[in-house]
Amino acid sequence: MLLRHTTNEVKERKALTVNPAKTCQPVGAMYAALGVHGCLPHSHGSQGCCSYHRSALTRHYKEPVMAATSSFTEGSSVFGGQANLMQAIETIFTVYEPEIIAVHSTCLSETIGDDLNQIVIKAREEGKVPLGKFIVQAATPSYVGSHVTGFANMLEAFVKYFAEKTDEKRRQINLLSGWVEPADMRELKRLMKVMKIKSVLIPDTSDVLDTPMTGKFEMYPKGGTTIPEMVSMGDSMQSLGLGEWATQKAAISLNNKCKVPFEITDIPIGIKATDRFIQALAKAGRVSIPEQISEERGRLIDVITDMHQYLYGKRVAVFGDPDNIIPLIEFLVDMDMKPVYIVSGTPGKYFESRMAEILSDRVPETKYKNGPQADMFLMHQWIKENPVDLLIGNTYGKYIARDENIPFVRMGFPIVDRIGHSYFSTLGYMGGLRIVEKILSAIMDKQDATCLEEKFELVM
Amino acid sequence: MQKRKDYSNGLLDLLALREEIMKKYPPKIAKKRVKAILINDPAIEQEILANVRTIPGIITQRGCTYAGCKGVVLGPTRDIINLVHGPIGCSFYAWLTRRNQTRPAEGEDNYITYCFSTDMQDENIVFGGEAKLKEAIREAYEIFKPKAIGVFSTCPVGLIGDDVHSVSRDMKAELGINIFGFSCEGYRGVSQSAGHHIANNGVFKNVVGLNDRERTGKFQVNMLGEYNIGGDAFELEALFEEAGITLLSSFSGNSTIKSMEYSHTADLNMVMCHRSINYIAEMMEEKYGIPWIKVNFVGAESTAKSLRKVADYFGDADLKAKVEEIIEREMVKVEEVRKSIKPRVEGKLAMMFVGGSRAHHYQDLFSELGIRTVSAGYEFAHRDDYEGRKVLPTIKIDADSRNIEELVVTKDEKLFRNDLVEKKAELQRLGYEFKEYAGMMPDMNKNSLVIDDINHWETEKLIEFYKPDVFCAGIKEKYVVQKAGIPLKQLHSYDYGGPYAAFGGAINFYIEMERMLATKIWKMIDAPWKHESELVGSMTIEA
Repeated sequence: MLLRHTTNEVKERKALTVNPAKTCQPVGAMYAALGVHGCLPHSHGSQGCCSYHRSALTRHYKEPVMAATSSFTEGSSVFGGQANLMQAIETIFTVYEPEIIAVHSTCLSETIGDDLNQIVIKAREEGKVPLGKFIVQAATPSYVGSHVTGFANMLEAFVKYFAEKTDEKRRQINLLSGWVEPADMRELKRLMKVMKIKSVLIPDTSDVLDTPMTGKFEMYPKGGTTIPEMVSMGDSMQSLGLGEWATQKAAISLNNKCKVPFEITDIPIGIKATDRFIQALAKAGRVSIPEQISEERGRLIDVITDMHQYLYGKRVAVFGDPDNIIPLIEFLVDMDMKPVYIVSGTPGKYFESRMAEILSDRVPETKYKNGPQADMFLMHQWIKENPVDLLIGNTYGKYIARDENIPFVRMGFPIVDRIGHSYFSTLGYMGGLRIVEKILSAIMDKQDATCLEEKFELVM
Repeated sequence: MQKRKDYSNGLLDLLALREEIMKKYPPKIAKKRVKAILINDPAIEQEILANVRTIPGIITQRGCTYAGCKGVVLGPTRDIINLVHGPIGCSFYAWLTRRNQTRPAEGEDNYITYCFSTDMQDENIVFGGEAKLKEAIREAYEIFKPKAIGVFSTCPVGLIGDDVHSVSRDMKAELGINIFGFSCEGYRGVSQSAGHHIANNGVFKNVVGLNDRERTGKFQVNMLGEYNIGGDAFELEALFEEAGITLLSSFSGNSTIKSMEYSHTADLNMVMCHRSINYIAEMMEEKYGIPWIKVNFVGAESTAKSLRKVADYFGDADLKAKVEEIIEREMVKVEEVRKSIKPRVEGKLAMMFVGGSRAHHYQDLFSELGIRTVSAGYEFAHRDDYEGRKVLPTIKIDADSRNIEELVVTKDEKLFRNDLVEKKAELQRLGYEFKEYAGMMPDMNKNSLVIDDINHWETEKLIEFYKPDVFCAGIKEKYVVQKAGIPLKQLHSYDYGGPYAAFGGAINFYIEMERMLATKIWKMIDAPWKHESELVGSMTIEA
């Protein structure tokens, strides 16, 4: 057994986290910054942070992930990291020549009280920022929230810094993408095209973390939200944020600064969340919904009705980030599956009310928890108490899946042992189809591998 | 500037390359980096700048002290709960990512698949985290009943003044199991290297020597600095077992804390990764009189040489004969594969930038295939790893190394092995080398480029200049280099392959090189129409 010490005996824990369903803020800040064109993320802290975050993102994307670090030593930790950041800014603009440096803090620099704003102002005053180049900074203390919080903070920093209100309204909407994959961002852009809505998508990691092999390394690939696009966001008609945790801060900030009204909706995963997204888009862009969208929706429903028998009543355990698993859970319920165990390490009270709303009638037996000690160890213990038919989550779920012989669908961050997540979207109705396909394959592969020979089916 | 194609004509002017690299840097950085990039000449004494601070803003390969302590040295040991005191990330990122394989018996403890953290929150930073740490240790004990718990400090811990050592002592008294702490905050040193030293100290102080058990074998040894990535240690264990050599403990591939407790009853310590583990070897010699030798089990020839060295140490005729028998048998298999692969890869160029020993050891494997290492360097090594231990007395202790504790070790009067001291003196008279490591540079060709703590800019320039056939580094570099059309072999994780140690490992590596170097996929990067004149369409939708 891989997790041989896990038993079904759940003991209350107040201090110990085992097998977390979250990680820390800076990696989210780094990911968000990679979705801005010509931007080099910078980690203001110890070297290890940057090294770990780059490694985590690289393993997930199998693509170059470039970022710099302030390389704190004991001296900087005692006397403050200002000198390190000042030198880093000079080094980066000279050697790596980005358009933007996106600085995020770490638990180290936050604990010693480094004030990023003040340091960046000083750098500007001292002429360390070349003309036409920019520094954006976000406080991302690792001891608050989770990786999703860091993503939200960096995203907020970008829109707050760049968006400008002029007298000219633009017939476009701001789409704050939330923490999704490059393929998902590509899909969002396709949907906008189909809907004939002009938009600015931020962040946008397509063409950054899914680049083609050309034989030439590009430090700043062609993708990513551009500076003019970010500037123009202040004149947009509306902002649409996908996911409360990852995008609300940025939407509010943009509203405060440039009076751009906003709506927060779920990431379009599954039927209902996509319905809401499409309707919100239509409303925001004042367009009618094209037939093509209805057809895509119809295809998804069609497949679910075709294969309903394999989905109905299946008990599912899910772990991941709130913005992503809330619509996913709703989708599972819509397909008559039973998401019985749900954990997310990311704190936030809204999670509970959404879970109750989605689950209390349809799956009253469900157990869910988020925040401190809502970890994979707890979820595994629940599974030990009463098994499930399917597990959905990031790669770390494979240890549980193997021990308990549960079909496993990889969704979330990080996925480090399979490819596909960066190339095939799980958003929209077409993405829903991919989720259904993955779920069915996992469940049916197990049936094929384990059923009695006389029960082996040709047609399913 | 001369390019790689000129290389076969003899010496090439690397000064121009180095100058071009320096041109990009602000003068202060250039002044420092130029001392870390040497044009190797084994005939003369050369000094390299190593184990110094990375310049802020430079995209480095390096990680932190915590990574060296928890991730590298303690991570591979399975029967201890490694509890990370800090915000969640540090424990999360070190969770199973180093591929330390382990093989617990049925019913034996194995916590490697688990990730433990106190998940510090802002209130713990403001009011202190000791109470939460104590509670977390209690809960870990309650649920898992481990025999030992190690507590690892992350950056904020030292800054807010949490004392992991006193908490560990208190909890050890309360729970009656071995609990010990490490002050391995990420910022403690200039790289992972400081963490290795801190881990060595902690293990030596708190684990080694706890169990003076009776001898179980005629030739008792420890394997130091072998972390069982990709199953390397399994290969070595099988080798020793067949030879009749009793491996007491490994530091720390496929290891247990239990075995480290009696590791001081060994007759010899073999040091594989000199950088990460020489401290324990030194301390065990001072305290118990156990001599240590440098070995290398990467590469078939090196494996044979190291095995013979161990056999010579014991001087036992049967052992020597057995070792020769194994070498002879295994070399036949190795040669068979080598002969078939070498003609296809011979003359290719390799470069490698990893670790504190691999960038040296792997050159042996490459040269067995006739692949030439044109440039190499370490990520976190010290001068002695480049220039040899002879320079140890001349290495200046700077502010960054001074804050790592140097343990004062005294002779254990009861257990000190005077017999081994005599044996060592005797063998030394015959020319046998103990506690000796000559470093990487003497083994490298004249005019190869040695670079310490290589960074992204230098990597790009090197690739442009040499167009190597294979580049060895880690995960962060992997796709950067491959986008440039050069295959990269990860020498930290082995790209999820291996083992590459010992004879069987050498065969695996040869086959892997054949795969990487013979594939035609890199030649398919350009689409066939890329080099044709463009057609003007007359059937486009718009037409």
